[in-house]
Amino acid sequence: MPQIAQLAETYASQIFWMLVFFGFVFFVIGKGMVPKVMATVESRDKQIASDLAAAEAARAAADAQEEAWRVQANSQRAEAQALIAKAKGEAAKATETRLAAAAAKLDAQVEAADARIAEARQGALGEIEAVAVEAATDIAQRLAGLKVDAGAATSAVKEALHV
Amino acid sequence: MAEQGKVDPMHQFTIEPMFGTDHWQIAGYHIPFTNSALWMAIATLALLVFVAGGMKRQLVPGRWQMAVESMTGFVDGLLAANIGPAGKKYVPYVFSLFMFILFANVLGLLPLGIVGVHPFTFTSHFTATGVLAILSFAIVLIVGFWKHKLHFFSLFVPHGTPVVMIPLIFCIELVSFLVRPFSLGLRLFVAMMAGHVLLEVLSGFVISGLNAGLGIGPVVSILSFLLMVAICALEILVAGIQAYVFALLTSLYINDAENLH
Repeated sequence: MPQIAQLAETYASQIFWMLVFFGFVFFVIGKGMVPKVMATVESRDKQIASDLAAAEAARAAADAQEEAWRVQANSQRAEAQALIAKAKGEAAKATETRLAAAAAKLDAQVEAADARIAEARQGALGEIEAVAVEAATDIAQRLAGLKVDAGAATSAVKEALHV
Repeated sequence: MAEQGKVDPMHQFTIEPMFGTDHWQIAGYHIPFTNSALWMAIATLALLVFVAGGMKRQLVPGRWQMAVESMTGFVDGLLAANIGPAGKKYVPYVFSLFMFILFANVLGLLPLGIVGVHPFTFTSHFTATGVLAILSFAIVLIVGFWKHKLHFFSLFVPHGTPVVMIPLIFCIELVSFLVRPFSLGLRLFVAMMAGHVLLEVLSGFVISGLNAGLGIGPVVSILSFLLMVAICALEILVAGIQAYVFALLTSLYINDAENLH
């Protein structure tokens, strides 16, 4: 068994080189490089965690914005409905008043026209009377040779016309 | 190695000075650069290349970076599970320990004999594993006495021990505590050596069987060869498990020092 047979002549060399190489491994690799590797892992884990947190926050913000937008849209829709209703009401009222005004105007025109017709009829009747009195006087003079008094003729014509 | 069809299964553990460094000495100690030291250097270099490949520090890791990060994450998780938040500062040490042993074990298993290079598993020498075990044990002692002063001795008296039993339990716990560096170092050394000896013995059977000519020879050879293949797979598993066990036990012992009971 060389481990024991060579012990006396090799132990110093074995221990020395073991300390040299393990020392190198510990100080250069273990102390120098491993912490950097682990720092990389740690920073990556941190970044992933912060990214996830940021994504979560963004999602919450988006949800809140959507909610706000929905509320705003609802209120705007309600406002628009109210505006439409009001406009409809106003328009109906305006139409009514205009219709009323037009009707009143038409009524007035009809009335005026009626008045004019009545006046014209009155005028025409008066003219007919005058013509009839004249004609009756003339007829009476020609046929009977009577000199009829104008007043008598008028009353007679009136009597005859209004029977 | 194979003289007259015989394989010496222990020859593979022989330490030989290399590159004419046999005369190197420091303070009277003989420290030639041996084949063992060479494979320590190779394991160190391989580990350096492996970890350096994971230093790109990209936000989205590539395959290599992912592999390195999974190893550091594994050690970090091991320490977090066994020691808790205080285990973070031991990551460099336990990572070095785990990866160095893992690389040593796996490199020692490489079938480089095919191309004429003989891999040397320095973790099959207790002079090498002993250094690591004593380092771990020293850390436990230093941390334990630094943090808890003499209160650290309460580690040897479990909670709820009846007063009359305290002297006996204290002695038992003390012995089991003092055995730790030996069990830690010897476990790795024995596991690695046993596997390599077994492979070598079986390969000796394969060769002997072929030399024995027709008859029972080929049967022995084929059976031994199949067993070798299976044991090679087992050895790869053992290489990982022993590195893990070493790191796990170290972290458990450090947990005792950090948190007592």
